[in-house]
Amino acid sequence: MDSIDRRGFLECMAWAGTGLLWTASGGVLSSRIVSPAAAAEARAESFRFAQVSDTHIGFKGQANGDPTASLREVVERINALQPAPAFVLHTGDLTHGQKAGAFDTIAEILKGLKTERVFYLPGEHDVFLDGGKEYLERYGKGTVGGRGWQSFDYKGTHFVGLVNVLKYKGEGMGALGEDQIEWLAKDLAPLASSTPVVVFSHVPLWAVYPQWGWTTDDAGRALEHLKRFGSVTVLNGHIHQVMQKVEGAVMFHTAMSTAFPQPAPGSAPSPGPMKIPEADARRMIGAADVTYVPGQHPLAIVDSRLG
Amino acid sequence: MKNRAWPAVIVVGIVLTGLTAAHAAERSAVAVSVQEFKFAPPVLTVRAGTTVTWKNHDEETHTVTSATGAFASAGLGHEEGFSETFTRPGRYDYFCALHPHMKATVIVR
Repeated sequence: MDSIDRRGFLECMAWAGTGLLWTASGGVLSSRIVSPAAAAEARAESFRFAQVSDTHIGFKGQANGDPTASLREVVERINALQPAPAFVLHTGDLTHGQKAGAFDTIAEILKGLKTERVFYLPGEHDVFLDGGKEYLERYGKGTVGGRGWQSFDYKGTHFVGLVNVLKYKGEGMGALGEDQIEWLAKDLAPLASSTPVVVFSHVPLWAVYPQWGWTTDDAGRALEHLKRFGSVTVLNGHIHQVMQKVEGAVMFHTAMSTAFPQPAPGSAPSPGPMKIPEADARRMIGAADVTYVPGQHPLAIVDSRLG
Repeated sequence: MKNRAWPAVIVVGIVLTGLTAAHAAERSAVAVSVQEFKFAPPVLTVRAGTTVTWKNHDEETHTVTSATGAFASAGLGHEEGFSETFTRPGRYDYFCALHPHMKATVIVR
């Protein structure tokens, strides 16, 4: 990895004032900040999208008595972004344990997003009771075989949404499965290696902390197919905190939850919701705002907190 | 001499009542706690006919899901519970469907 200039790497951003900005060039973190002039030039071709994750509608705990209220706040903040995000990715755990009525509630709240489209992926909380029946009835339309996986192109960037929670049994980690990996290989085959690729899934596609199941069993096999690309950004949720890692040309990033924070790996007896006052928890929940600027293939991710 | 028989009857009565109560407790009041992403006790041995009750003390949702499909709870929220009566002897491995590394066993004799 190239050397990282901390000044360029860490930069406070507006929204809540405590966001973190980082950029990647060719998939590798870069110290270079896009100058205002270059940014203006690239603005016509650039686009931004937002990532919302782990909304856990139906949760009630010390850190958040009403995740519908915090999600509504996030929706307002996303709606206030200028220019507006082209679309929103929801990286799973829409509901907290498929609580009755939760899917209806989140559909109603996210109707308020002023964006072209919202792309969804399930988290294990959305599918564990019925094997994904209700989730796929609502969100499976237009996905591969109605199974929840999907890909689309936006302004020259290829987006791939992978489902890694439907085989979520046995040893306690995410898994993609043979069918999906085969589909991924075919989906990527026609693309030039210079195509920027964004992969999103619920459970991290890297081993964040296997002891807590924070990894995807067969992610390595999927990443094999992504090796030849010059810029790969992997966006995940599940662990309710921001984490990032760069491996070759692949940049991994996890988003905060809009509902409640979880402890840092190994810092607590279990990965359960942190039991902290709501005011403190607000500083640990929010959403991610991702900007793609063509030319240098940078993806800038701003993690914005509610409090 | 009729009166002399009473103390014996009473003693027998107390012993029988005690036995019945102990037996009932063994059959019906076995609890498993779910806390910090663990089932406690991890291995529970009971007699056939026992009803086991799980209670989730975590804020996170958990389930009690048999590895063989013999029983399965819904998602259990904070302080919610689930009960299962075990009528046949055997080994019943179970886990949490949301956190499959949470594993435990009920042994029925």
